[in-house]
Amino acid sequence: MEILVCVKRVPDTSENEIELNSAGNDIDRDDLVYSVNEPDNYAVEEALQMVEKSGGNVTVATVDSEEGEEILRRELAMGAKQSVLISDESFSDSDGAGVAKLLKAFVQKGKYDLILTGVQADNGAAEVGGMLAAMLDYPFASLVNSIEVLNGNKLKVSREIEGGNKEMNEIDLPCVLSIQTGINQPRYVGMRGIRQVATVEIPTLGPAELGIDAASVGKSGAKVRRTDYFVPVLGKGAEILNGSREEVVDKVIELLRAKGGLQ
Amino acid sequence: MTARIFAYVSHTGGVPDDSASELQVAAKMLDAGASTTAIVSGFGPKLDAACSTLQNTFGEIWKISNEALAYPNAEMVRKALLSVIPRGSIVLLSHSHFGVDLGPGLSVKLESAYVSDVMALEGIKGSNLKVVRQEFGGQASAHVTCDLSSGAVLTLRPGIFKATENPRAAGTVIDKSSSVVNLSAGRRYLETIAPEAGDVDISKEACLVSIGRGIQEPENVAIAQALADAIGAAVSCSRPVVDAKWLPKSRQVGSSGQTVKPKVYMACGISGSFQHLAGLKGNPFIIAINKNPKAPIFHVADVGVVDDLLEFLPAMTTKIQAMMKVK
Repeated sequence: MEILVCVKRVPDTSENEIELNSAGNDIDRDDLVYSVNEPDNYAVEEALQMVEKSGGNVTVATVDSEEGEEILRRELAMGAKQSVLISDESFSDSDGAGVAKLLKAFVQKGKYDLILTGVQADNGAAEVGGMLAAMLDYPFASLVNSIEVLNGNKLKVSREIEGGNKEMNEIDLPCVLSIQTGINQPRYVGMRGIRQVATVEIPTLGPAELGIDAASVGKSGAKVRRTDYFVPVLGKGAEILNGSREEVVDKVIELLRAKGGLQ
Repeated sequence: MTARIFAYVSHTGGVPDDSASELQVAAKMLDAGASTTAIVSGFGPKLDAACSTLQNTFGEIWKISNEALAYPNAEMVRKALLSVIPRGSIVLLSHSHFGVDLGPGLSVKLESAYVSDVMALEGIKGSNLKVVRQEFGGQASAHVTCDLSSGAVLTLRPGIFKATENPRAAGTVIDKSSSVVNLSAGRRYLETIAPEAGDVDISKEACLVSIGRGIQEPENVAIAQALADAIGAAVSCSRPVVDAKWLPKSRQVGSSGQTVKPKVYMACGISGSFQHLAGLKGNPFIIAINKNPKAPIFHVADVGVVDDLLEFLPAMTTKIQAMMKVK
């Protein structure tokens, strides 16, 4: 099976506290640690396990500046055979539909049986996979947490729905699936593995290679634009307990008792 | 604004989803004078029951009845919606597992803009709608503008657009079923599998010591268990702990896990995503313990402790054990 996994480089929120810059219009991007979007990594792992079982190749693609190479190399070190960087100045500030358009142009240059994305990335939109599927007229399933290959060019997939229920579906190939975290346990990638792919040539595709009108993507093609960031004010906010650890422990135990948490 | 507004309302067993009134509230915020049309799809008496209930909320309800829609398959619902919704319309959906399945593709086929997980609507200027979304797991909010000139599909975060008064519509149901023809799809629903019951039923516990990514290592789960044992509580968790297979799915609190209603909820190293908070009902007293003072959980917790849970929890356990001995 030829599998394409679409990945994204994002600020790692488990490593960073996201703060606003001094102008208050963007997040502070100095010293941010970036990594591959967590659900995308599960998607790559799932693709690798599928080809290990039944043959084929895994290709990873990202739409990014040249910085995107870093995560492509990480996924190559995991075991992906090919990678491609979809990159051009005119692509920046694409909205979800713009990114999906670029990926569609890339998909149509090859032949993939299955396309995977992570369920969502840093902006929480959960949109590119579903858009890409509609643009290609492929079937789509979101929130996928298991995949089984069936005979007759079909998959059986489960979707994670409310209350821990699994919605089982049969889906025809080629299709697009958005992968939920927890579907597998992504393999560890050590520094040695990354060094081994450090010099692999990663092709970069721009508007000419993709045969796409640059004005239809990027900022000029975007119907949806983020104008600024701000600090959310939600709820009343917690009363922060101050004092030594011992004092705070006493306060928390007192509250536990008062609120019926301590028997 | 001249665009027509539609709200696609999901229903289960004939009961419209709670989001129905939220979609109506959002529609009024977009256009106070709008007459929003609800669209409901399904089959048989359950569909009729859902339509009948929605007559109290919406002035007009478009009913799409088709045996193939008895279970809501997003690809089929999309086809059905495409055959009835005029281009240029604004379509509102709930940002649920179904909205995520339907919305992106629907916007592509309607050739309209798409904004998901909308938290606030801040008005329309010219052809641009300004909305608020969250990014980075709730650590930052963003203003986003959306060009409405070719219509839009918006998914709304559940639980935000609350109705302040009971709606008093006397809606008309219009049967649009005959406009819908071919509903073949590349994806077919098979069945729904209920989760396996766990060793502990966290939905019945009065106090939960709940752990998130901040627990760091599987060995550290014992730290939370020791505290839970000392106070007579159970250990629950957020999604990353289940993803890493450190606790079973039956211990997960959240929209895709269990709904719990404890008196006290200790959120330890949990950032507080809305999917997690959606599983917390009954207005529990929330004590959040997190190293990161910016963690979104502190917005919703009653009290907060900014500390390393791997040191704070054992300190609590020791203190409580000492108190018990004295007694």
